[in-house]
Amino acid sequence: MPAATLARTVHVEHCMGTVFTIDVRDPGEWGHAVGDVVAWLHQVDAVFSTYRPDSNISRMQRGELRLADAHDAHPDVAAVLDLCAQVQLTTGGAFTAMQAGRLDPTGLVKGWAVERASLLLREHGSRNHAVNGGGDMQLAGEAEPGRAWSVGIVDPRDRGRVLATATGRDVAVATSGGAERGPHILDPFTARPATAVASASVRGPSLTFADAYATAAVVMGVEAARWLDGIDGYEALLVTAEGAASASAGW
Amino acid sequence: MRRVALALFSTITGLVILLDFKTHSASTIPAAVSTAGPSTRTGTGSAATPAAGSTASSSSSSSGTKTVTGDSVDTQWGPVQVEITLSNGKVTKANAVVYPTQNPRDQEINAYAIPALNQEAVSAGSAQIDMISGATVTSTGYVGSLQSALDKAGL
Repeated sequence: MPAATLARTVHVEHCMGTVFTIDVRDPGEWGHAVGDVVAWLHQVDAVFSTYRPDSNISRMQRGELRLADAHDAHPDVAAVLDLCAQVQLTTGGAFTAMQAGRLDPTGLVKGWAVERASLLLREHGSRNHAVNGGGDMQLAGEAEPGRAWSVGIVDPRDRGRVLATATGRDVAVATSGGAERGPHILDPFTARPATAVASASVRGPSLTFADAYATAAVVMGVEAARWLDGIDGYEALLVTAEGAASASAGW
Repeated sequence: MRRVALALFSTITGLVILLDFKTHSASTIPAAVSTAGPSTRTGTGSAATPAAGSTASSSSSSSGTKTVTGDSVDTQWGPVQVEITLSNGKVTKANAVVYPTQNPRDQEINAYAIPALNQEAVSAGSAQIDMISGATVTSTGYVGSLQSALDKAGL
C-alpha cells in the first residue's frame, strides 16, 4: 500500500494576496528547493504586483519606468507582457492586460509564476510535485507511484463542495470566477463584470495559458467551451450563474 | 459541448446534495478544517499527525486511521456537517453529524440519504483528491477551504 509510505513535503506560503501550496511527492530532503520556490514567488510579487507602488509594473503604469528599463531590471517583464499580448490575440480580446488604460498582467502572472516554480523544482531534481497558487496549479508527474493527480473542482455556489474532478499527469488546472470575491472579472468589451459564468476551469499542459484561458472563459460566457474545443490540448468545465455545467469535448 | 449532470438541485435537502455529489464525483471531503499561518511539514503520507496550530477536529490512531469533522456548512435547508473517516488516506466512512430535520419530508429523505452517503463514500474510497481548484482563493478564503483541509489533514 503506497499511501502509508508516500513521501511528502508540504509547504504553505502566503504571497500575492493568496496562498501557495508546494507539495513535493518525491522522497528526500526538499527544504532548499522549496526555499528557492518561495523566494521566486516573492520576487515575482515585488516586480509584478499592481498593489505595490514600488513594483516595476506600478512604476511603468505611472510612466516612471520604460519597458526596456523594466526589462533590464527584471528580464521577465517583457516576456510576461509578450505572453499577455499572445493570449489577448488567441482569446479574441477576452483576455487583456490593459483594462481601462491600466496595465494589469495579474491575470497571467500568477499562473506563469506557478509554472516557473514547477520548473524550478524540476531543476532541483523533483519529478513529482504540485505547486498550487490559490486554486491554480501545475502538477508534475503523479501524486504517488501509479496514481495520477486528482483535482477537485469546487462548486462556485458552495465552496465546501467538490462538483467534479480532473485527473492527469504533468498537467495544469486553473479555475477563474467570482465564487469567493463575487463577480470581479471585467469584460473588456463592456467594462462591466462578467456574470454569466460563475466559474470556469481549464485543464491543459501549461498553467500560464490554462489560467489566462480560464479568465477569458468567464468573459466569453458559455460559448467558451466551444471556443476551447478549437485550442489544442486545453479543456474547460464551465458552471453558469444558475448552476448549470457544461464542458468542452475532452474534459 | 455536452451537458454534465451535476449535483445542483433546488428542491431537496442538503444531504441529498452531498449524496448526489458523491454519485457524480467519486470522493468526499468535509467542508473545511481551520488552519493557522504558514507551515512546512515533511511526513510520511496519511499517517502524519496534523501540523501544530491546526484546529481540525481530527484524531489519529496507530493504524493510520483518522476522523476529520468539517465545518458546518449553511445550505438553504439548514446547516449540514459531515464527518469522514480516513484510513491510509482513503475515505472509509462518512456520516452527517448535523443535518436538516425541520419537517417530515427532511426526515424521510435523511433516513435514506445518510446511509447512502456513507455507502457512496466507502465505495468511492479508492478515489483520492490531492488538490483543490476554485476561483480566486484569497489568503482569507484559504482559511476554512478544502485545500487547507487537504494541506493540514495530509489526505
